[in-house]
Amino acid sequence: MGKAQLLKLPRKFPLPEQTPPVIALAGNPNTGKSTIFNLLTGLKQHTGNWPGKTVLLSSGSYYYQQQEYKLVDLPGTYSLLANSPDEESARDFLCFARPQATVVVADATCLERNLNLILQVLEITSQMIVCVNLLDEAKRKHISLDLKALEVELGVPVVATTASRGRGINRLKEAIKDMAAGRTNVTPRRIIYDEEVEMALQQIQFQMAETLENCQIDRRFLALRLLDGDQTLIRKAADHKNLEDKVWAQSLLK
Amino acid sequence: MGAKLAEMTDPGDDLKVLPADSQTLSDRIVQTIYHEAGLIAGKVVSRNAPSADWDRRLDDILTSRVWGYPVMMLLLGLILWITISGANYPSEVLAVWLFSLEEVFGQALLWAGAPDWLYGFLILGVYRSLAWVVSVMLPPMAIFFPLFTILEDLGYLPRVAYNMDDLFCRAGSCGKQALTMCMGFGCNAAGVIACRIIESPRERLIAILTNNFVPCNGRFPLLITMAVIILGGMVWNHGNITAAAAVVAAVLTGVAVTLAVSYFLSRTLLKGVPSFFTLELPPFRKPAFGQIIVRSIMDRTLFVLSRAVMVAAPAGGIIWVLANISFGDISILGYSAAFLEPFGRLLGMDGIILLAFILGLPANELVIPLMIMGYMATGSLQEIQNLTALKTLLVDQHGWTYMTGICVMLFSLLHFPCATTLLSIHRETKSFKWTLAAFMIPLLTACLVCFMVSHCRV
Repeated sequence: MGKAQLLKLPRKFPLPEQTPPVIALAGNPNTGKSTIFNLLTGLKQHTGNWPGKTVLLSSGSYYYQQQEYKLVDLPGTYSLLANSPDEESARDFLCFARPQATVVVADATCLERNLNLILQVLEITSQMIVCVNLLDEAKRKHISLDLKALEVELGVPVVATTASRGRGINRLKEAIKDMAAGRTNVTPRRIIYDEEVEMALQQIQFQMAETLENCQIDRRFLALRLLDGDQTLIRKAADHKNLEDKVWAQSLLK
Repeated sequence: MGAKLAEMTDPGDDLKVLPADSQTLSDRIVQTIYHEAGLIAGKVVSRNAPSADWDRRLDDILTSRVWGYPVMMLLLGLILWITISGANYPSEVLAVWLFSLEEVFGQALLWAGAPDWLYGFLILGVYRSLAWVVSVMLPPMAIFFPLFTILEDLGYLPRVAYNMDDLFCRAGSCGKQALTMCMGFGCNAAGVIACRIIESPRERLIAILTNNFVPCNGRFPLLITMAVIILGGMVWNHGNITAAAAVVAAVLTGVAVTLAVSYFLSRTLLKGVPSFFTLELPPFRKPAFGQIIVRSIMDRTLFVLSRAVMVAAPAGGIIWVLANISFGDISILGYSAAFLEPFGRLLGMDGIILLAFILGLPANELVIPLMIMGYMATGSLQEIQNLTALKTLLVDQHGWTYMTGICVMLFSLLHFPCATTLLSIHRETKSFKWTLAAFMIPLLTACLVCFMVSHCRV
């Protein structure tokens, strides 16, 4: 584990402003997240070539151009639908700790599957950078990627890396710096669901707007989770300290 | 739909009232996301040629019904054989070197005018135990861990999980359990934490309770040492192959017991039907060899060794004290060992061995050093020229038979998890009851198996 300290989910949100920007590292299992984490922080967390190596949140920090960044390595997951404890902890961190930038590491050899997670993260936060890793392997498998097109489609920065050789890490640091400083223009792609779902979402959001004024979580995402029949998130939101109108959220749960 | 939703958000209503609707809703939400991902991928990704074939062909062999298991056993056997054959020589060199140093330290201490008891405590107690530990444990670990790390980095371990999925389903648990077991080979505490990747709480609990049955870094040295000095020399001429086969057999026994206990649990305490899961087989990757050697030596070999040494040094001192403080004619150590002797005999071992296992609760690495210290303190102190001296100590002076060796290996493989693992189990299950179960189930299994093995005469 090296010097990486294990993080429990912070109980008090949000983090105070004078602390260094928090950068979350998300991605499918086995995409080289831990390698990128090690490259950025210089920590020597053991990386393994198999999914599920990182099940705890581990954190480290690094300096880039005199600015400190705090990096949190989320467990590798295929989705954020909170089917398992690791998915839930990854989702909760993104929702409640609200990192200044979230780097989603994607495997270039199977981008489509990785896009599922990317789109889900995009529903929680638009402060996202896509890091397409394992480009050397994709090349070996004769897969070519149009990353400019990907950037246009998603509306967030895309950085290419080959982390095993340390390629692209500086570009990633640069992208993180810009985003944390609020200099990146994002036009995040929103998934448009079918008519019924969209109508329902609007209705729930409308109710939230009246009652959930100080909720920090993206309302559309919260509504979507409710519609999905998942109450864990709203339950946590209801326990949330900064939430003014707990009553509504709690009554919703019953 | 709109009306229903209004009801749904109404405080008096519950989502569960509309099970059919919410079911189709969440399906539709997921489908939309997948569809969208497909759309984007279609615009971004292009394949110029069919993806490389060789790794698919390799996968066909490694995960085939016929070859999967033989290849698995051969690989493990090969690694252990290399370890055992390679460790002999450096072990001897280390032993000779360390014990020539003992002379130097001893002389220096006596020259400085140290009293006899201090000489005994420091040199015969602390230093000699340390020298034993280092020369016996270091070389095998320095060979075994890098080799195992190479397998890990190649991407072979998930294939093992894939191969074993069927067996685990039959045992009523989840195939992902095999992955957590692979993690357990490194450290059972890590293996227990890795059980978080299992979604179903029932299967997760089974995986947590049985993780201990795979030998961790701390127990491999014991298995290897026992196999080499007790079984390797005793059976026939091909000592190294016998020893490697014995360790493979031990690992297989661990897996078999895992399956048996999982089966038992899923039919009694933790009833349920196994759930399905998807497992991604990662691509084969060329391991970074230089990095592997550095990492596996720093993270694993030195970590295990330093844990052994750090606790072995004070423990060596304490055992020396216990052995030299006497009530009447018998030392405290003698009392405890004599007390445990009948239990030990019942399980095919003796009092000292059992004492070593009990005192080794903080870390499994301690069992060998504690055993050696216990013997050296009660018997005559042994000058070591080479590794056969350890055999002399155990076999000639304390009457070990090959059956003792087998029982020690089995007991080490199956007995209660170390304190760190128990703490992790408590943290993961948040239940004292399950932590106790995680202690008692392996202990009872170990006692039962050792009792049966030692009492069935061939």
